[in-house]
Amino acid sequence: MIKLELKFFARFRELLGKSSETIELETKALDVSQLLGLLTSRGGAWAEVFKQNNKLLVAVNHDLVKLDASLSDGDEVAFFPPVSGG
Amino acid sequence: MLLDVRIQEEDFSLQDEIEKLTQNNKNCGAIVSFLGLVREEGIDGEVLSHLELEHYPGMSEKKIRDHAQNANERWPLLALTIIHRVGSLKVGEQIVSVIAAAEHRGSAFEAAEFLMDYLKTDAPFWKKQVTASQSSAWIETGEDNLKRLTKWK
Repeated sequence: MIKLELKFFARFRELLGKSSETIELETKALDVSQLLGLLTSRGGAWAEVFKQNNKLLVAVNHDLVKLDASLSDGDEVAFFPPVSGG
Repeated sequence: MLLDVRIQEEDFSLQDEIEKLTQNNKNCGAIVSFLGLVREEGIDGEVLSHLELEHYPGMSEKKIRDHAQNANERWPLLALTIIHRVGSLKVGEQIVSVIAAAEHRGSAFEAAEFLMDYLKTDAPFWKKQVTASQSSAWIETGEDNLKRLTKWK
């Protein structure tokens, strides 16, 4: 069982209508691209947000990761568009 | 190196922040400060009312501190103060400040520029512009900002 805390920011937060979600997955191992596939399969706004692979950044426990990064129980996974601070 | 990183909605006084640094660093010969402001012109030339700044609490402080540590490893710095505001900021308001204190000006100038280049490209903040007629659009960092990073590699 893998429990993840998902966070969404900026344009994604607006499109999805929420800033966070806790999910529990019946699996022993999972990587970021598999999680993206799962979220995309929800359809609607989820498909729109999570299909944009080149304009989607993913951070696990506050560090940016690539799509093949593996996820562990208790991880915080954040999804956001390219940054525009400063 | 003394490091002060703050992310806040409240405005700040650049002069007060500079005075804090000089009080605590008696061998400081150079202080370089950058101040970023909200411009009136939007992405396509529209007239803006304000920006809305959002950040990722936890990761934003961590990334700024990481970049500050990198700067400290590259240059002999006495102190760094980095303040980034979030929330609703009107045209003309202060958004961000980087203040670098060193014994000599070379380090202070370069560290301040280095930190701004990384703040613009590698810190989880997002800006949404809102026009005078209330239409809004999320801003994406331009290619120019990414190109500036090659200077530091």
